[in-house]
Amino acid sequence: MFEEMAHRPASWLTGNGPESYIVLSSRIRLARNITDFQFPPSADTDTREKIVDFISTAFNKAGLGNKGKFIGSDKITPIDQNFLVERHLISPEFMRDGTGRGLFIDNGERLSIMVNEEDHIRLQVISSGLSMPECWEYASQIDSEIAAKLEYAYDDKFGYLTSCPTNVGTGLRASILIHLPGLVLTREIDNVISRISKVGLVVRGFYGEGTDVMGNLFQISNQTTLGRSEEEIIDSLAKVTKQIIEYELNSQETLMKDAPDQIEDKVWRSYGILLHARVLTSGEVMNLLSALRLGVCLQLIDKVSLPKINELLIITQPAHIQKYYDREMDVTERDMTRAALVREKLGAGDKA
Amino acid sequence: MLCQDCNKREASVHLTQIRNNEKIVLNLCKICAEKRGFHSPFEQMPFPLAEFVTGMVGPSKGKSQTKSDKGELQEKKCPGCCLTFSEFGRVGRLGCAKCYQAFRPELTDILRKIHGSADHRGKTVGQPSEDLQPIREEKRLREELKRAIESENFEAAARLRDEIRNLSIHQQLEDK
Ligand SMILES: [Zn+2]
Ligand SMILES: [Zn+2]
Repeated sequence: MFEEMAHRPASWLTGNGPESYIVLSSRIRLARNITDFQFPPSADTDTREKIVDFISTAFNKAGLGNKGKFIGSDKITPIDQNFLVERHLISPEFMRDGTGRGLFIDNGERLSIMVNEEDHIRLQVISSGLSMPECWEYASQIDSEIAAKLEYAYDDKFGYLTSCPTNVGTGLRASILIHLPGLVLTREIDNVISRISKVGLVVRGFYGEGTDVMGNLFQISNQTTLGRSEEEIIDSLAKVTKQIIEYELNSQETLMKDAPDQIEDKVWRSYGILLHARVLTSGEVMNLLSALRLGVCLQLIDKVSLPKINELLIITQPAHIQKYYDREMDVTERDMTRAALVREKLGAGDKA
Repeated sequence: MLCQDCNKREASVHLTQIRNNEKIVLNLCKICAEKRGFHSPFEQMPFPLAEFVTGMVGPSKGKSQTKSDKGELQEKKCPGCCLTFSEFGRVGRLGCAKCYQAFRPELTDILRKIHGSADHRGKTVGQPSEDLQPIREEKRLREELKRAIESENFEAAARLRDEIRNLSIHQQLEDK
């Protein structure tokens, strides 16, 4: 499964959203539970399977069947899991114990819903650039459509009830994926991260909690979910993001003032390696693509488009390489195939 | 000996605790002990929830952190999933929606510490839609029926049984 998906980029990679030269994507996640069933972490496989049945039926009644497909966890192989994590459609925790779970993905990969992750329902909407209000509006609309077909666990005082008390209330996690090469190169990043955490936001690596920072990509999201409205949460994240964009642009300006030749060399050197290398690890690709992306932002290079770079960031990941060529590969083969894929994608004249 | 909290009632609960490597003795009346017990859930659950929550909000100084006397207060248990409060403290996850009712005062405190508020101000689940109306209605009628039977009010029970039957026939017709 998913082979066909590997060949087309997700819609959030189009790079046509606001501020998309710095912000790759905006994401809204809503945690919801239904009454009368135990929360997934304490429910046994039998109960979890019943919940999947119950919820997927409700999804159909809510008309989601026309928007995409529902996949039971028994149909998802370990490679598929990694593939879906790389595509930011599921969390790494989702399949830890692989039975009695389900996943809905819509056709444009804008909307995805995990059933029985930590909560019965984890609804996610992702879109290109800094576009939080649009994400929230769509997520809330789908959420209301589902709510009409089943009974959510809700408390008049506490709001939406969740398995972990850290998600109670709105159940909302808003996050952005942001590219900050300037702040990393000028070593301002630690400063910025500590400032961000002081205003109640959390900074994480590329794939969320506990993952490494790769390619100068960071995820920033709200920490608390209760006591503020969804609009307030989103608004404060957007405000801080705009500030970070400004810091990043300032850093880029500083770099171009202090060391223009070195920056230009870094960009073109990275392009050269990507265009000609025969062996590339996924970490190396991320860093080279990051430099190339910086070059595009600074208009030092016009050979490659942002959407192409965004797409490459995802399809050069280990599971994507294997899905793209539809076969399992060991690390050595992967690194060679990755280099070939990058050459193919960049050499094809691009700009498309 | 008078209770050290209220200085009015006789102290009947005597607790010895180790806190920050110091021995502390508390002499409280039953009411004040209970008060402290309900308002200081963290001492009952050493980790990991306590750890991540306290890590989030910093050590709470000056606030009552006393453990209620285990002999005096029975441990709470959720009627929905049988989770005990100390088990919750160990795993950091609640078992079901009813837990929020079962541990309401403790969770109010915890939520306030995590989020700085325990009052939801966002989207509400809203009015029950038409789809849910019959389900809720049936639930309500069944509860009434149970009470009618318990109180041996057989006339009402017969009427309720008919109502429930009508409701489900109606429902089946609609589904077709
Ligand atoms: Zn007292
Ligand atoms: Zn429970």
